[in-house]
Amino acid sequence: MSPELHAVADPAADAPAFRMRGLSLGYGDRAVVREVDLDIPHGGTTVLIGANGCGKTTLLKGLSRQLKPLAGTLEADGRGVREWHARQYARSVSLLPQSPVVPEGLTVAELVERGRHPHRRWWGAPSPDDDAAVARAMELTELTALAGRPVEELSGGQRQRVWIALSLAQRARTMLLDEPTSYLDLAHQVDLLDMLRGLEHPDGPGRATVVAVLHELNLAARVADRLVAMAAGRIVAVGSPAEVLTPELLAEVFGLRADVARDPVGGRPVVLPRGRAREGPHPAPPADPVALDPAPGARPAETVRNLP
Amino acid sequence: MTGTLLVPAAAPEDTGAADALRELRRARARRTRRAVALLALALLAALAVRVLLGRYTVTIPDFFAILAGERIPGASFIVLQEKLPRAVLGALAGIALGCSGALFRRVLRNPLASPDILGITYGAAAGAVAGTALWGLRGTAVSWAALAGALLAAALIATASVRLRGGGIVGERFLLAGIGVAALAQAVTAAMLTRLALNSAQDAAVWTAGSLSAATWERITVLGACLLLAVPAAVAVHRALEPAELGPELAAGLGAHPGRSRALALGVGVLLAAAATAATGPLAFVALMSTPVATALTRGRTSILACALVGAVVVVAADSVGSDLLSGTQLPAGVVTGAVGAPVMLWLLVRQRRGAAA
Repeated sequence: MSPELHAVADPAADAPAFRMRGLSLGYGDRAVVREVDLDIPHGGTTVLIGANGCGKTTLLKGLSRQLKPLAGTLEADGRGVREWHARQYARSVSLLPQSPVVPEGLTVAELVERGRHPHRRWWGAPSPDDDAAVARAMELTELTALAGRPVEELSGGQRQRVWIALSLAQRARTMLLDEPTSYLDLAHQVDLLDMLRGLEHPDGPGRATVVAVLHELNLAARVADRLVAMAAGRIVAVGSPAEVLTPELLAEVFGLRADVARDPVGGRPVVLPRGRAREGPHPAPPADPVALDPAPGARPAETVRNLP
Repeated sequence: MTGTLLVPAAAPEDTGAADALRELRRARARRTRRAVALLALALLAALAVRVLLGRYTVTIPDFFAILAGERIPGASFIVLQEKLPRAVLGALAGIALGCSGALFRRVLRNPLASPDILGITYGAAAGAVAGTALWGLRGTAVSWAALAGALLAAALIATASVRLRGGGIVGERFLLAGIGVAALAQAVTAAMLTRLALNSAQDAAVWTAGSLSAATWERITVLGACLLLAVPAAVAVHRALEPAELGPELAAGLGAHPGRSRALALGVGVLLAAAATAATGPLAFVALMSTPVATALTRGRTSILACALVGAVVVVAADSVGSDLLSGTQLPAGVVTGAVGAPVMLWLLVRQRRGAAA
């Protein structure tokens, strides 16, 4: 491709939301995410799954420009993430981290309005666009009635909805969400995930791009267009929920012995956990309490894969 | 950008909801403005009480005549060389400490994080006493020694709390290092005081208590010039800290540079506290008190202007109380603010323990 052509073509037109090639991310010299090759396309929900500490959050940190790649390349909309201007990037990619901090003395509306930071000029009052985005985000998260309440008085679940509203108010085409369902009851979890699935691209046709870390596999299967399974900093499987959620993969990624059924409605996979894979190849769940010391000769995870 | 986020079914309601938000925001802004206006009036009242009333009373017509340049024997000297400079210097120092306290509070997110607890002002005191004891400094030179002491204390705290890899100031480490430096600076001050001759030890003791008695127009000019630069910077930095308050990750996701704005805010806060302390000596608890009092007056939202005005009112009023209203004795302003500030600090701790937002 000639450089002229490259400059003229709109990089966002067909480039994926993120393109990772040989990407390693970590803290200091210690790589937590290793040699990841992955494309995340625009306009769908991609869910990252994996055991605690496998690098999902670190990958999101990399995608939100907080970590410099130790090796490899990371492009967003066809441009290296380091080449973006910070505010411009924030208008295109938003991040909801696991544990944001509630500032003192803010009302719900004021906190949601902080999501407009990348759109706002450095000084001056919020514009009508800002108000419209905040109002819409609060409506989507059922917070309109709480607009004037101090955030400090809210319950954990209500607060989590405030954070989601803040992220929605940012109106980025791509939303990165790290465990957005924490603190929510099951009904609100389903509401949130359905709402995310229905989100439209804020400035164009098509759907918004959502990249979320979820722990609840059945909810992940319900909402995800694509699942990305990670283990020990590497990607072990990418595909539709039905392709990824298999007993073999669950044993490899989570050390979980599980059966996978099909949801009679919609046909999505449903994970039925049976026990820890490393407890040994018992076909039935243990009836007695879990032994404190493992049985002699307990087998590693591979043996479990051969189970029906 | 007119597109709605989801299905555009709710578009007509959108404008209504946005209007409601705007109204809510205006109501909050009005309340803040009202509080700031009331505080400005309170400052004027405190200044008037300090200048016109007290042991030597000046009538209002006389005061304006003196300002216009008329010479009234006795009164002219007392107003222009004693009462007015003290009042103005106190207001300026209070503004500086109030701004500094608001910045420290917002960066470190702790009600007890203020330059007077964290050793910045004690560092200034140690510098001043060391300058007097070791090099025999007098007058304005002592202020420069105090400034050097405050900056040295800040440098020590910063060195101890900056993470080597990854950069950025770690909040808890800054607090602990600050408390350590405060203890160190107090030890240095005590050690130096024992080396001083008796009469200069008394001067130094008055200075370390925090007093406006050495107010001169020269000091006012120096401090005023500092504030002319530093207060707008403080207001801007206080606002730039808004995303950083949400935690480093979310702030970065919003396109802000939280590490940079926090370091800048602490730098401006240290300079303000150091400049104020160099001019007046450490006025105890003013920086600590002004933010929670201002926050209570504005009902939650932190306005750095309100914090600055509370600081100014506290210092000017404390000087009035210390020099005029107590029969028999005259106390330095810093002693009065300390006496008022200690109970306020306890009240803050009790409120924090109850789980209420201080």
